[in-house]
Amino acid sequence: MSDKIIEVQQLAKRFGSFEAVKDVNFTVYKGDVFGFLGPNGAGKSTSIRCLLSLIKPDRGEIKIYGQTLAANRSHILARTGSIIEKPDFYKYLSAYQNLAIFSRISGATASAKEIYQMLDFVGLAGREKDKVAGFSHGMKQRLGIAQTLLHKPDLIILDEPTTGLDPQGIIDIRNLILRLRDEQGKTVVLSSHLLAEMELIANRMVIINKGKTVVEGEVSKLLSSDDLVVQLEIDKVEAAKNYLKNHLPQLEIIDSTATHLELAITKSMLPELNKLLVQQGFSIYAIESKRKLEDYFIKMLKADAVE
Amino acid sequence: MLWNSVYNEFIKITAKPRSYLGLLAITVLVGVILFALKVDGQSMIAFVTSSFEQTLSFQGTLLNGNLVAFIVLQMLIIHIPLLVALVTGDLVSGEAASGTIRMLLTKPISRTQLLLSKFIAGAVYTLCLIIWLGILAVIVGKVLFGTGDLMVLNSDGLVILQEQDVNWRYAGGFAVAFLALLTVSTLSICLSCFSNNSIGPIVVTMAIIILFTIIGTLDVKLFDAIRPYLFTTHMASWRSFFEEPLPLKEIIKSLIILLVHQVILIGLSLYHFNKKDITT
Repeated sequence: MSDKIIEVQQLAKRFGSFEAVKDVNFTVYKGDVFGFLGPNGAGKSTSIRCLLSLIKPDRGEIKIYGQTLAANRSHILARTGSIIEKPDFYKYLSAYQNLAIFSRISGATASAKEIYQMLDFVGLAGREKDKVAGFSHGMKQRLGIAQTLLHKPDLIILDEPTTGLDPQGIIDIRNLILRLRDEQGKTVVLSSHLLAEMELIANRMVIINKGKTVVEGEVSKLLSSDDLVVQLEIDKVEAAKNYLKNHLPQLEIIDSTATHLELAITKSMLPELNKLLVQQGFSIYAIESKRKLEDYFIKMLKADAVE
Repeated sequence: MLWNSVYNEFIKITAKPRSYLGLLAITVLVGVILFALKVDGQSMIAFVTSSFEQTLSFQGTLLNGNLVAFIVLQMLIIHIPLLVALVTGDLVSGEAASGTIRMLLTKPISRTQLLLSKFIAGAVYTLCLIIWLGILAVIVGKVLFGTGDLMVLNSDGLVILQEQDVNWRYAGGFAVAFLALLTVSTLSICLSCFSNNSIGPIVVTMAIIILFTIIGTLDVKLFDAIRPYLFTTHMASWRSFFEEPLPLKEIIKSLIILLVHQVILIGLSLYHFNKKDITT
């Protein structure tokens, strides 16, 4: 097992009568891209703010790099880069000046050359002297990534880094995160509503709901590769439904529309299903695997609600 | 780290257009006063001296640079707190409103260092304002009106200070005025720690100054006990440097009260800021 970078135990925080976080527990290991998932109001932002000492927890323990956050804040934050919700900058200053300001209090002041290189790395070359007031949301997000990486942190915490980005921007951020992990060995904690994105890049994850940890583990184990949810685009949907009920009763029909059937099926059954339907004269136009994380996420939240 | 943060604060203050409003306002106000004194200053002086003409004879130029500087300081020192608060009241709350405080506090700098750097930057800005006022009032005043003995009218009567005895009094007077304005700066930064919007601390600072000034002016017995301890009572202590003999004890008492205010306000700010949850 690799080294533990973050250990959070029994984290709790109350704002007045509202208990935002009740019992959050999770562990992040070195080299993880760790997904931090939960519906709105689940306590994600409060938990992440606790990790960065923006909010002082009422209860629980946070250890980062094996050290307690409360006692080693400066040392820990010197090795940590973050964007919380959205990167906010001094609009009346240039991109270069903003990075210089954050660099000076990051523990390792970057040289002018390093700042220019970082701006180039995030695709803002040529805009160094421009005031941030004129930047688009995507450009601010890139500048946010630059300030996160400038002091060469070992741990990067990104809270909703793709919010408001266009599809190309989302792909760029995804590739950047993977590069940070694969080429530089960084550990990344990533909170996002984009479950499809999360499924593509996270190797471990925690789901929290109503301030509590619902489930935590490796994405590949939590989302069994054998259990699939597929969507069939098919003609004669009602006839196909009846046929499947009679001949493949072990298969679960989740939903149906005039043109589509949604099925829960094991991977090994998929060729047989395809063969049977074609043999019976059904025309299959498409078989599409739905995002499993999305289904798993909803399933977990439903199970938590029942409990 | 502290000095890096102080340097950052200077960069932010110098980049904000509102920081120059104070300097511009002082320039315009002093300009208006100098213009008025140049145009009609002699008749104003004649009006004041007319009541003493039975017993005293005045020789030389009474309306000189020293008197002009005194008049400028007397007229403007009550307005400068607004110019100070305009910048310092925004130092913490402005960052909370814009979200940059969240970015700063995820860096390894301690909250105490960050806040102290803002107090230092606020003090330097206040010093710049008072130095600019001094340059315009004393230096420009002497260039335009020449120099000479300083005639000061206080509650005890008329005091004439010799020309060679004036400069050190101005140095002392401006130093006390700076300490008084520094208390205003400290108050507005302290209020700024409790707010998440830019305007609130500026308005509340001015409201407190007005309230304390009213309490200091009203002849109510209940207020007599607290009046000596209000910082606003000591904002005019710079005038003590133009009394003869110099009321050293009163000056020291004013300095102590102003410094105690600053220490309490800084302590309160640090306590609150270090405990504050950043939720913006």
